[in-house]
This record gives sequence, C-alpha cells and structure tokens, in this order.
Amino acid sequence: MINLDLPEKLQNVQSTMRQVSEALFRPISRKYDRAEHEYPKELDMMRDAAGDSGVMGGGSSNPSEGVRNGSNMSSVVAMTELCWGDTGLTLTIPGRGLGNAAIAAVATPEQKQRFGDKWAAMAITEPGAGSDSAAIQTTAKLDGDEWVLNGEKIFVTAGDRCEAVVVWATVDRSAGKAGIKSFVVEKGTPGMEMVRLEKKLGIRASDTAAISFTDCRIPKDNILGSSEVSKSGFGGVMQTFDNTRPVVAAMAVGVARAALERTRELLRDEGVSADYSRAPNASSALEAELYRMEADWEAARLLTLQAAWMADNGKANSLQASISKAKAGRMGNAIALRCVELCAGVGYGEQELLEKWARDSKILDIFEGTQQIQQLIVARQVLGKSSRELR
Amino acid sequence: MLRHSGFSPFAGLLASPVPSADRHRKGMRDGRPGRGRRDMSMEEAMSDGTQTALFDLTLTDEQQLTRETMQRFAASEIAPLARRVDESGAVPDAFLDGSAGLGVASVVLPEEYGGAGLERSPVSNVLIAEDLARGDMGLALAALAPLGVANLLLDQGSASQKDDWLPRFAEESFHAATVALAEPRPGFDAGSLATRARRDGAGFVLEGTKSLVPLARRAELTVVIADLEGEGPRGFLVPAGSEGVSVEAERYMGLRGLEPGRVVLDGCRLPASALLGEGEPFDYARLLDLCRLGLSAAAVGTCQAVLEYTRDYANERKAFGEPISHKQAVAFMIADIAIELDGMRLLTWRAASRAEQGLDFHREAFLAWVQCTRKAMEIGTNGVQLLGGHGFTQEHPVELWYRNLRGAAMLEGCFCV
Repeated sequence: MINLDLPEKLQNVQSTMRQVSEALFRPISRKYDRAEHEYPKELDMMRDAAGDSGVMGGGSSNPSEGVRNGSNMSSVVAMTELCWGDTGLTLTIPGRGLGNAAIAAVATPEQKQRFGDKWAAMAITEPGAGSDSAAIQTTAKLDGDEWVLNGEKIFVTAGDRCEAVVVWATVDRSAGKAGIKSFVVEKGTPGMEMVRLEKKLGIRASDTAAISFTDCRIPKDNILGSSEVSKSGFGGVMQTFDNTRPVVAAMAVGVARAALERTRELLRDEGVSADYSRAPNASSALEAELYRMEADWEAARLLTLQAAWMADNGKANSLQASISKAKAGRMGNAIALRCVELCAGVGYGEQELLEKWARDSKILDIFEGTQQIQQLIVARQVLGKSSRELR
Repeated sequence: MLRHSGFSPFAGLLASPVPSADRHRKGMRDGRPGRGRRDMSMEEAMSDGTQTALFDLTLTDEQQLTRETMQRFAASEIAPLARRVDESGAVPDAFLDGSAGLGVASVVLPEEYGGAGLERSPVSNVLIAEDLARGDMGLALAALAPLGVANLLLDQGSASQKDDWLPRFAEESFHAATVALAEPRPGFDAGSLATRARRDGAGFVLEGTKSLVPLARRAELTVVIADLEGEGPRGFLVPAGSEGVSVEAERYMGLRGLEPGRVVLDGCRLPASALLGEGEPFDYARLLDLCRLGLSAAAVGTCQAVLEYTRDYANERKAFGEPISHKQAVAFMIADIAIELDGMRLLTWRAASRAEQGLDFHREAFLAWVQCTRKAMEIGTNGVQLLGGHGFTQEHPVELWYRNLRGAAMLEGCFCV
C-alpha cells in the first residue's frame, strides 16, 4: 500500500537525531569550521554509543519477509538530521566511516567480528584516478600468507582519525576492473603512512587525508569478498554504492533543510511568509522562490527514501540510488547557495551558518560519485546502454 | 549508532517529548487554503501526523491491474486520437463513451447510486490520471471530468444532490460534468475569485466569467465556484440550460482534448438547492488540493510519455556514425528527465496517500503541484529540444506535449481525485 510517510519508529530516530544534532553539533559548528585540523573532542562521547544500527548504510535483506523499513532507511533518516546540524562533524563521528559500510555490506561473519568495532575509512581515489575507479594503480600482491600493498590514496575521509582503512587495490592490473579488490588495513600497520591533511572549501571538521602504502603487509584474510579475479567481483565492490549513495543524498537533504529553515526564519522577521496559500504566480517572487526550493527539497528527500526503502526490501536499486544522489547533490548545493543570496549580506556573513552550509554542501555533489557520474549511470540505465556505448 | 534506546550520553537531552500528535486534525475545514498551518515553521509543517504504517511503495494487486488496463487504453484509444483532436478541437463522442466503458467513475460510486461501491481512493485516482495522460493530457482529463465531479459530490454534496446526479455517472454512456473555477484574468489566484454570488430570497444570483472550463459546452452539470458575499468561496450546481448562463468554446495553446470553454454568468438565478452541500461547510482548500493532485498526476503521465519517446528517438537517430544517445550532451538531458520525473511522481503519491489516510495533505499537495507544473515545463521543452528541428514539427508528438504541459499550471479545478 502506497505510503510515503515515516512510521513512528523512524520518526523517533528522526527526532532523537535532531536533538543530538541541535544540542551537540550546532554549538561547535563554527568552532571546528575555523579550527580545521583540530579533533572535535566533544564527539568522544559519541564513541561508546556506536552500535549496529549504523548511520553509514546497512546490508540488504530478504525480500520475502514483507515490507521492511530497516537499517538503510534509518540511516538516511539519521543522516539527514545529523547533517542538519553539521556535515563535517557528522563525518567525524567516531566509529562510523564509509569503510564500515563496506565491511557491513560484504564482509564475512568472521571479518565482521574482527573489524566491526573499528572506525573504518574508505580509500578509493588516487592522484591519477577519481571517478574512474577501475583505473586505480595501487597494487596488492599475495606473498605467502600476506598481501603486500603499494600505492598512494587521497581524499580519504576520516583517514587520520580512523582505526582502519578499507583500501581498493588491484591484484592484476591487466584484468582491469575485474582485478580490483578491497582490503582492510589496520592503523599502525608498518608501511602505511598518513602523508598530509587537505585544506578544504567546506566540511573542515572532517579530516581528509592522503595515505601512502609502501610494502605494507596485511594478513591474507583481510581481503573483503573473494580473491578470485572475476567481473562479478568488482560488481560486488560497487554494490556498496547502492547503500551509501542514498546516505550521501540524505546528507544533502539535511544541509538544504537547515539552510531553508533558517532562511524562512530570517525572512519571516522581514515580513515574508510562505504559508502555501497563494499559487506561485500570485505570490511575491521571494515567496515563490521559497515554494520552489521546498518542493525541490521534498522531491530529493522522497527520492532518497525510495532508494533506501528498495535496499531495505532487497530490490535492485542502483538506478534509484544514483537518481537520489544526483537530485539531492545538486538540490542541496543549489538551495544552500540560493539561501545565502536571499539573505543578502547576512547570508554571506559568518555570524550566520548559511555561508558555511553553502560551502559544506558542495562536497555532497562530488564525493561518492560526482553529479556527472550519477547522470552517466542514470542515462545508461534509462537508455539501455553499456559503459562502452555511452562513455 | 545512536540508537534511540541505549544512547545514554544524551539521556538528558532526549527527555523532551517527540513532537507529533494530532496536528493534522487542525485546519483545512474552514474554507481557506492552509489557514490551519499559517504560522507554522517548515519543521512543524513537516513533522505532523502519528504514523504507524510503514513507508511503502508497493501497489496493491488491484492498482497494478488497473494500471495495466489504463495504460492499454491510453496506448490504443487515446494516443492515436491526440493529433486529430488537437487539430479539430472536437472530441469524438465515441471516445468519451468508450472511456465511460472503462468504469473509472462507476466503480467508486456506492451501490445505492448504481456503482460497484469500491472505496474512493485518491491514490488509485492519481494512478489512473497518470496512466491515461500518457496518451494525451487533454483527452485524459476530459474522460476523467465526470469522475472528478462525482468525487466532489461524494465529498461535499448533500444527500439529495448525490441522489440527483450520481446515478448517471454509473451508466455505461458518458455524462459530461465539470467544475468551473479559473477566471480569465492575468495573475489569476484561486484564493481571490472575481465571480460573485449573492443571496436572493431563498436562492442565489451569480455574476462573473469562468474560463478554461473542461467540456464546458457538453456539461450536463457545471459546478461553479463563486465568492458568496461575505461568506467566501462556495460551489454552485448549475445544470445545462440554466437561466443567465452562456457558454462558448475557447481556443488555447494546447489541451484541446479538454474542449475548454468560457462560462458567462449574467444574472444566473439558482434555487437554494443549488448550493453545494446545501449549508454544510464547504472545504474549498480540499477541493483545490485534490484537483491539484489530479493535475500533477496528469503532468507526470505526459512527462513519462516524453521520457519514453525521447529515449527511443535518441537510440534510433544517428549522427556522426552512432546513435545520438551515445553522446553525453544528449544522454544527460534524458537522465535529467528521468530524475525529475521520479521526484514529481513521489511527491504526488505522497500527497495522495496522505489524503487517503485522512491526514492533512495541504502542504504536500501544494508542493507536488508546484514541482510538477514547473518541472513539467522543463521536461516539455527538453522533449522538443532533444529532437532538434524534428521536434518542432507536427510529425512528432513532442511539440503537442510541450503545449499541453504548459497548461498544467493554469488548470485549477480540473480533476478532483
């Protein structure tokens, strides 16, 4: 039965996260925007609370159990609220990295046991390979009971503060995509070195690291999924995105909502109210703009929930995951930027957080697949084209 | 992480109660759009309604079957007729009778009026509008006009008004009925009507001009929305041939399958029994909202047609030695249509499902309508653009869809779901 409202259980997640976000994130939001590489120690209190209903994605479930509103949905609901508070701080909550999502999605029970409690970052991008992740150069070679990793990774979110990194590397460069596998490397493993931290446009509370691997040896069992070189192997790695893209989309939904809400508040004080009573053609330009932004925001929010709902119900969702990411990514950035403009100098100034949200929101249209990559994925699926035909 | 239960560090913070409760029960019955939420923040407006049902996008088996029937009808009966009706401005009687044969109106009418007594479902109605509008938006909304009036009477009519009018909608032949709401003024706003009604003895006198009235010249019953002196907007049941009413055909940029017309009320005298609901409070906002959902759904359906047509065209049309769909500049435009269309559909479904559950759905219907009318235009114009010069000719339907989709924002009161 069609119902696009959240059940009480998820409404509770929503209001709990909102309160955390409001009480914990908002008061320190500006502080760690300015103190870019300082660890937000206030977040330590969240470490013990890290449980298994992860903010960062979940697995898929058995479709035969009837309709489910499970971990993927609660993740996007929670993420939206946390990023309403602060995106950078959300990305630095101890224990919940993108690597954790990969581990949750593809690890064996034994691996989950070993790595499940560790704060795991995700290392895919290299200086010479971003969206084209099949072109990565980092290598993993089996030597006896150990894999030996060599290469350099950049843009690793939480790469400094994490306890483990899920690293994408190729076991056979000549095999292209099929040779790419992911490996868990624990912090402190000899041969792994944090090279530098990036200085960024936004999400400055989050540590974005470059990491190098020089003859870095890890146990043979640290490979996620099968070590066999096959095309389906890469598909398995890519599947993680079906769970994580809606989560990043949810982050954009959260930031945009923060900007819209604050803009409405500020404009209300100036006598501009948008109460859904007059059609856009009969409203002031400002009111009409607020309606259009809110409608666009709502569309992105529902697309995000749709993608998560499909994942929760065992339905193939890679199209809808990319749709949600494409829509929410550009909506979030466009709304945040427009809100700055609508609030004029007040929006541009640092006494408000609007300018910060406009900076933070940009990354959400980039990481976990840029706007353009999402469009490519959507276009290929809609048009029935292979990656060779539509490049 | 941060599970609702075992999240001790914030126990103090979390003690305050979760906002929800029955906010949706407020407002919306006072005849003005949205007054119940006037001073609400966006956050408040979003978080109302205790909801125990799970988020779910699964259609019922019955909805699934209906969809297949409607899509078949759209493909075999509506789409082939669209161009001819656009040229002539006249809808064949046989088409309308054929649409009555689909039974969309009769199934929801209670058995006492000759219907099948299925529960009235806004969700099913938006699905029907979407699927029929894949064939042609104007023809689809014309076929659905009697159902819209039937829904309005079921919602807000008095017992004797239902007795008088509903049985004919259960028949196998088509009985045209319509709502006259829009007025021929730039900047028209449904919230401030220029058509006036005043009490005159026991009855009423109506003055004013209505435009863009679907099936105006065919309608056996026209529900005219007029501002009743000192009381706000009200509906009036005006049977064909009433004194002081003249009807003329209008020509618009598109939507000719709707046979739109102008209704001029010049000293139109009506008995007391013509007042919709006969004294029961009239919920104008509900009428507007349900009609906006019908339009939003129709826009979604026509945009779906644009998506499928441009997809197939881009895969067939070759340039520089390969299908133009192999070029990102083309492919990304089609991806964008798919992305926006999906969002339009979900917004419409959400508002309809809230209406069906008896929750306040004013904000949701408003936003669905804002998004659908705006994005429909973008999709309409990109549909033409994707075909280049060919799109500009009448050899292809995209120019017709472009014209029809522009009309979505103007059609107030067209199909009450």
